[in-house]
Amino acid sequence: MILNMGPQHPSTHGVLRLILEIDGETVVRLMPDIGYLHTGIEKTCEAKFYQQVVPLTDRIDYLCPMTNNLCYALAVEKLLGLEIPPKAQWLRVMMNELTRINSHLVWLGTHAMDIGALTVFLYCFREREDVLRLFEAISGQRMMTSYFRIGGVALEPPLGFFDRVRDFANRFPSKVDEYENLLTGNPIWTMRTKGVARITAEDAIALGASGPTLRGSGVDFDLRRDMPYSGYENFKFKVPVSQDGDVFARYICRVQELRESIGIVQQALDGMPEGPIKADAPKVVLPDREKMKTQMEALIYHFKIITEGFAVPAGEVYQAVESPRGEMGYYVVSDGTAKPYRVHMRAACLANLQLLPKMCEGRLLADVVAAIGSIDIVLGEIDR
Amino acid sequence: MTLSVFILVSVIKIVVALGILLTAVAYTVWLERKVVGHIQNRWGPTRVGPFGLLQPLADGVKFIFKEDLLPPHVYKPLYIAAPMIALIFALTSISVIPIGNWVTVLGIHTPLEITDVNIGLLIVLGITSLGVYGVALAGWSSNSKYSLLGGLRAGAQMVSYEISLGLSLVGVLIMAGSFNLREIVDAQSGTFWGFIPRWNIFQGQIVAFFIYLMAAYAETNRIPFDLPEAETELVAGYHTEYSAMKFAMFFMAEYANMITVACLATLLFLGGWNGPHRFGPPLLQAVLPVFWFAVKIFAFLFLYIWVRGTLPRFRYDQLMAFGWKFLLPLAIANLVITALIVALRA
Repeated sequence: MILNMGPQHPSTHGVLRLILEIDGETVVRLMPDIGYLHTGIEKTCEAKFYQQVVPLTDRIDYLCPMTNNLCYALAVEKLLGLEIPPKAQWLRVMMNELTRINSHLVWLGTHAMDIGALTVFLYCFREREDVLRLFEAISGQRMMTSYFRIGGVALEPPLGFFDRVRDFANRFPSKVDEYENLLTGNPIWTMRTKGVARITAEDAIALGASGPTLRGSGVDFDLRRDMPYSGYENFKFKVPVSQDGDVFARYICRVQELRESIGIVQQALDGMPEGPIKADAPKVVLPDREKMKTQMEALIYHFKIITEGFAVPAGEVYQAVESPRGEMGYYVVSDGTAKPYRVHMRAACLANLQLLPKMCEGRLLADVVAAIGSIDIVLGEIDR
Repeated sequence: MTLSVFILVSVIKIVVALGILLTAVAYTVWLERKVVGHIQNRWGPTRVGPFGLLQPLADGVKFIFKEDLLPPHVYKPLYIAAPMIALIFALTSISVIPIGNWVTVLGIHTPLEITDVNIGLLIVLGITSLGVYGVALAGWSSNSKYSLLGGLRAGAQMVSYEISLGLSLVGVLIMAGSFNLREIVDAQSGTFWGFIPRWNIFQGQIVAFFIYLMAAYAETNRIPFDLPEAETELVAGYHTEYSAMKFAMFFMAEYANMITVACLATLLFLGGWNGPHRFGPPLLQAVLPVFWFAVKIFAFLFLYIWVRGTLPRFRYDQLMAFGWKFLLPLAIANLVITALIVALRA
């Protein structure tokens, strides 16, 4: 029997369509069909000034907007050869890790709900709400933050912001314990996840998996540690690795990452340097509002950046960062004008999704749902 | 009692029992939404009436006034009949369940149930197991793949767990020596050493109670055994294609079944309406047994909801393995041991 799972289905996380050939409850063949959320963002980028692309990147992987911002900003900064002041870097790392927590909370909630544990979903969204409030405080937006800009970050954090982050960081580990109480030791949860949708390290590497999906198979690789960017080399954190390669291994990897991320946030808070939040590059970085009212040059630069953008030296660059889902990469080609010639995003989910047939074929229908949850896909990123 | 009085009394009792049951169904839904809401850091219904108490009414009105869609691809006779079958059997089984002692009202001496039959338990089991037809036929007649899978799962699951459910009750039957629910309850009156009630659950049937609990969860398609309607796998399982009142019928049937198994658990394991009720004025003494009965049912339903707020869902093969390889042998072992003990005592 051919079963059409999606694009409208409660557990395909958006609009993934799976064509399942099933024999009773056993999946014989699985074919993912993507493209239902195609928005043409890559093409749209070519018609925008460099700084106008930033809000588009939010909408690619809408669960980790700041990671997208960061990756794009780093790529363009590499082309421009900009030096980013330390405070901006540390802010970026802190917000990036909060984004990771935000994304993992959505993953944990929906994954647990797919397997039938409804309460975890609402617990996760309770803490996610706290993170979103922090986002709102710092950027004015809950989801589509566009907080990172080429050359730094958009705004100084508001007064008392760091206290709020610290308060959250102190509270959060006990909340993770709460989720783990409901899941990790639960016999039904382990029955549903251990040994399910197993993938070997060789297969995972061969199919281009990355992130927790790769680390769940025992490959110790994390871009934050192995190819540090944005000052990650100044932070101490463990990269959780699990050997089994099953749904449970990927689950435990991500839950550990929640704890590691909050550790990084704590470190960023403790060591937050003083100084400017934007690079000293008046032709690229928008001037402060105050300067615009008092200095002629600032007003001119502002006018020029807004109306005709800034030219980026010709060349091409690939910048990869560790997103909550794996290696997110931005490939930017510049032809020397104010608009990018080409922006290509390397979506971690797209590569991870390729593992799905290998994970599910020969297993039961219910395992498909667990497997989809365990690779943590975001369709916005896959279809772009 | 003349025939006309008997008919009149019966009709009154049917109307009252059905009214109570349907109200209980509506408020079990409310209770579930409220309790699960609070477990999950939410409020549950709050908008309609105080504490959302009128929510069931609003839901009912909504269901009735919704357009009664009939998808073009279904097999109409069975598609329409299936929810009715499910609901009718779910509501019928309440007819032989006693909720209290005999009472005398206006000179008429009558039991607090629609009819007092000697094989009450068998009737309840028989009727509830007919309810699976509604689910299976709904899955088949909807002519949709998700419904079909849901219907198949439901059929297999209910038939498998029926066996463990039945066997877990046999121990109680041996101890009471009767199929009559009233006599089974009477056998549980009194206390050990003055404070432990002689309920079956305290008379060595605790294992049977847990088998019954598991099997009952599976029979009523509740988490962790809610595979037939596993939302995240099969969209809505057997009732994917149903809407409006036809969907509401399945919904009501599910909750009516929950109440039925709660009633059975109370009658067979938790001492029925037995409780400290030998105090107060005569009127209070008459009402208290019904009160205890309601309290025990409430506790059982609360457990249902609590479990739903806590546990994930089994997988299909695990469910079958659990039923056949764990519950069934355990139920048989319990039965043999109970029978041996009863035989040795005799």
